[in-house]
Amino acid sequence: MIGVELHKMVRDRRTWVTIGLLDALPTLVAILLAVTDLGPRPGTGPAFLSAVLADGKLFPLAAIAIVLPLFMPAAVAVVAGDAIAGEAQSGTLRYVLVRPVGRTRLLVAKLVSVVSFVLLAVLVVAATAYITGSLLLGNQSIAATTTSVSGTALSTQELAGRTGLALVYAILSMLGVAAIALFLSTVTESPLAAALGTLAVLIASTLLLTLDAATSLHPYLPTRYWLSFVDLFRDPILWRNVGRGAGLQAAYVAVFLAAAWANFTTKDVTD
Amino acid sequence: MIKTQGLTKRFGRIVAVDKLDLDVREGDIYGFLGANGSGKTTTVRMLLGLVLATSGDIRVLDQPMPRSSRSVLPHVGALVEGPAAYRHLSGRANLAAFDAMAADGRRADRLRRVDAALEQVGLGAVDNRPLRAYSLGMRQRLGIAGALLRKPRLLVLDEPTNGLDPQGIREIRDLLLSLHAAGTTIFLSSHLLAEVEQLCTRVGVLAQGTLVIQQDLDTLQRPTGRTFVRTPDVAQVRSLLDGQVEVHDDDSLLIRVSDAAELNARLVEAGVRVHELSPERHTLEDVVLAATEAGNGRRADS
Repeated sequence: MIGVELHKMVRDRRTWVTIGLLDALPTLVAILLAVTDLGPRPGTGPAFLSAVLADGKLFPLAAIAIVLPLFMPAAVAVVAGDAIAGEAQSGTLRYVLVRPVGRTRLLVAKLVSVVSFVLLAVLVVAATAYITGSLLLGNQSIAATTTSVSGTALSTQELAGRTGLALVYAILSMLGVAAIALFLSTVTESPLAAALGTLAVLIASTLLLTLDAATSLHPYLPTRYWLSFVDLFRDPILWRNVGRGAGLQAAYVAVFLAAAWANFTTKDVTD
Repeated sequence: MIKTQGLTKRFGRIVAVDKLDLDVREGDIYGFLGANGSGKTTTVRMLLGLVLATSGDIRVLDQPMPRSSRSVLPHVGALVEGPAAYRHLSGRANLAAFDAMAADGRRADRLRRVDAALEQVGLGAVDNRPLRAYSLGMRQRLGIAGALLRKPRLLVLDEPTNGLDPQGIREIRDLLLSLHAAGTTIFLSSHLLAEVEQLCTRVGVLAQGTLVIQQDLDTLQRPTGRTFVRTPDVAQVRSLLDGQVEVHDDDSLLIRVSDAAELNARLVEAGVRVHELSPERHTLEDVVLAATEAGNGRRADS
């Protein structure tokens, strides 16, 4: 079943259109920066963007920072929201279940497919950004040092390792989104409702983060630590928020997957 | 093959299916009749484990459902409330995908199985266009092919001829009859009396969630004890069979005689010319309507 799901995802044109669109924004930013040479001043704009003019190898990180707040979660919400609800809407869910594919197994297969999509999306964005960054933007760091956010030098090796960690962190953040969308996907028969519901949760979270009255809630909001991967580029690495973010996302994943399972395995399939 | 006891399904306060005792025996072509909204589809979904019963027992292939889904469903082919398939894949790719979901056997065997099923429903020559370019009839045929993939012992078909032209309906009917002859038990849910009359050996009628009839078709269509006669010599018949002529309409008569052969002999002896003569039978339509109305009446009383 997992193989069938992966095959379906890879064969579906929508997967590649989504990733293409996701990729378009950072590429556009890279082109604009290269043409105008006008980077945001340090400390403003998306993370790392002020540094990429000097060092194109930081552009994958900048690209992730560009898509992480909205584009990436929207894409993940659409794909994960479609997982069960899409099959229900097209009527194929009943035929999958009587094949028979156990409900738990179907949910696991969908989860694997969604996780693969997240991986694929993050890696494609990072890889494209690496290429555009190297081609279009500064390559000052040929001398093998990059400046960390704290101002000290990082070797290329260190930079690669920390970039890897940052990508893992971004993927984990998106898995939280995927779990929420997958749960909603088992609740409604409309993939649109599942995706929009997930986005509503994320927008509410972002909004509450700006509200002082909600301070006590902040550590539990799903978007709270998304951009904390920047801390991985401090010297020494500031683990506190990264650790909390990872723990929080793991909790969201666990709770919403359990809810999705409990709901889906006891649900009347009446689409 | 299918046995339910006290099967009940409530959606909130609405009772969709009420204490259903279905009994489908091996070798039946069981016609499951009922108006729209009578609970047919909910019942079919419960048999397949899609909808979970509120109370009651279901046994399919002598095993409890939905607990034994994994061992039961591979032997059951189903078409539930119209066909459905992935729109961006071709018919063949769709069947291959569905088949691979609960994969067994080697890949080459499975592909052969897909081809065989397409052949059976008359889609053997179909090209590789995606499903969204299929007509309604082609989708219906593909749905039936999906049900036939595993050479099931039991076919559960919900409105299998929906969307087909007369030619297609006939082909599917012939296909079902040949499968039945080869030993497949068929549970056919339909609201088309004619379809059930032509195909089925046994009939169950659902009215507002209650089973009002469950009987062999032959028994339901038993003779009424009257004989239908069409003759130009009406007056002669009337005088010959005084008092036994019940209905008289132009040249058609209904005569209260159950033995058609004996009646024929008497008429011929008397020199009466006869166009047509046959024992009158209960029609499925009359039986179903009577039972459905009785069922509704009972419900209104209670």
